[in-house]
Amino acid sequence: MVSAGLTISPGLAEELLAHARAEVPNEACGLLSGDEVSGRATAYHPARNAEQSPYVYTVHPDDLLRIVLRIDDDGEDLVAIFHSHTHTPAVPSPTDRRQARYPGAFYLLASLSDPDATPAQALRAWRITDGESRDVPLHIG
Amino acid sequence: MSTIRIPPVLRENTDGRRTVDVTGATVSAALDDLFAQHPALRDRVTTDGKLSEFINVYVNDRDVRYRDGLDTTVGADDTIILLPAMAGGSR
Repeated sequence: MVSAGLTISPGLAEELLAHARAEVPNEACGLLSGDEVSGRATAYHPARNAEQSPYVYTVHPDDLLRIVLRIDDDGEDLVAIFHSHTHTPAVPSPTDRRQARYPGAFYLLASLSDPDATPAQALRAWRITDGESRDVPLHIG
Repeated sequence: MSTIRIPPVLRENTDGRRTVDVTGATVSAALDDLFAQHPALRDRVTTDGKLSEFINVYVNDRDVRYRDGLDTTVGADDTIILLPAMAGGSR
């Protein structure tokens, strides 16, 4: 049984937003590891956006391999996949839904459209399965 | 005989197995053997009989796109890894 919602610490939430802002004007991306049963992510693994684009992201294939194997070798779970939207809401786009291949992970999105937004305002969590997205509870604490 | 390491996201298609031993002198032949052993994985990662473009293939941690693709040769000490790409974007 996997968790219905995603939990991250305030520090992790700040780390995600900091990465997203550092990558402006491009989208940022990375992976979160932790425990999929409880839904708590405890570490962020930033990755290079191979597209170097404000509109799309691809986790660099070399980073993807390195991070996925490290998480697996450490006995942890891939809990969430993070990326930023620089000018649009933290809602999966048609591209996000079409290209989502990890139904067991949460998709955590950050919107940078409001530069003053707090992490709780900027971040939203989703499940994307078979091209359909549904928002899920995100607990920062 | 080479080894294919199955990442967690695909293990539901290999009866939970973390590695599968396969025969074949190339990545393509090794994948054919993998799919013969685990047909459910074929359905997951191929389209019209070809490996889907969203699947990254690595041999010994190197992306085969920078070698000879699916014609990359493999031997007894080689490990092949399949990994679905992570991608998306606001547009």
